[in-house]
Amino acid sequence: MLNNLDSFLLKETISSVFILVGVAFMLIATIGLLRFPDFYIRMSAITKGSTLGLGLILAGLGIYFDHPAMLLKVVAIISFTFMTAPVAAHVLSRTAVQNKIPFWNKTNLTDFQSYLKKEHRSEKKVDEERAK
Amino acid sequence: MKTFLIHTVISFVVAYQFFQRTDWLSYHARSAGGIFMLAFAVLWITTLLYNRAYFRKMPKAIFFILYILKEIFVANLRIAYDILKPRYAINPAVLAVPLDAKDDLSITLLACVVALTPGSIALDVRQDRRVLYVHMLYIDDDLDKAKHQIKHGFERRILELTT
Repeated sequence: MLNNLDSFLLKETISSVFILVGVAFMLIATIGLLRFPDFYIRMSAITKGSTLGLGLILAGLGIYFDHPAMLLKVVAIISFTFMTAPVAAHVLSRTAVQNKIPFWNKTNLTDFQSYLKKEHRSEKKVDEERAK
Repeated sequence: MKTFLIHTVISFVVAYQFFQRTDWLSYHARSAGGIFMLAFAVLWITTLLYNRAYFRKMPKAIFFILYILKEIFVANLRIAYDILKPRYAINPAVLAVPLDAKDDLSITLLACVVALTPGSIALDVRQDRRVLYVHMLYIDDDLDKAKHQIKHGFERRILELTT
């Protein structure tokens, strides 16, 4: 059974599965972007879904071409995406907190109250200094 | 870290030269990756002579990467299932996770790893670097349990690697 298995067909099947799963993850993440109630939950849905989707699509590409130069590029792109995507998500959500984008009303904010108070107080100080 | 980068460059050059000079292996991604891994493993064994810490940490780093990948995949499946359900059952909260990590590198690594596992984003670090604020989606009425999960799952492993 294993002897007459076409290696090209096997490669193509595996890479197709990878690419389809990646595309499905991206699609679901985008649906989540439309459905979820507030900014922070949407951020966490879209960044992770698209990171994993991109990784799987590129892995499928690398398997399909099976060439060392391609493999090198694919590994480089995946590692850089996995390094930069969390930084982008962090910067966006931190800016949102500082610009007082509201949280969803079911969010449990007990640990965060002191931070929010401090942020707002410092903003008040800045406003007062500007007024002077 | 420095040793790791030097070893990567050396094994890349070894794999490249191997296919330039000999031709008893076909030029495929599998064989090139195998030669790269082989050169890397040989270099890793030689560190037993001059860098014991690196020799000890390398397997831990590999297991850490595998653990993160598993965590990313499982949590992505969970969030995908939640998106497709007609009524989502999320219960978000902002946690203040007390940090044991002191230096910049380990805090950055922890924040990146927390941001990569779906359902959680690192919002900010407090001014005195003692507390990391994390926005999490799945909390089952118990903040301490989720905090313990982050501290025990990720921070302990990162501290093992960086110290």
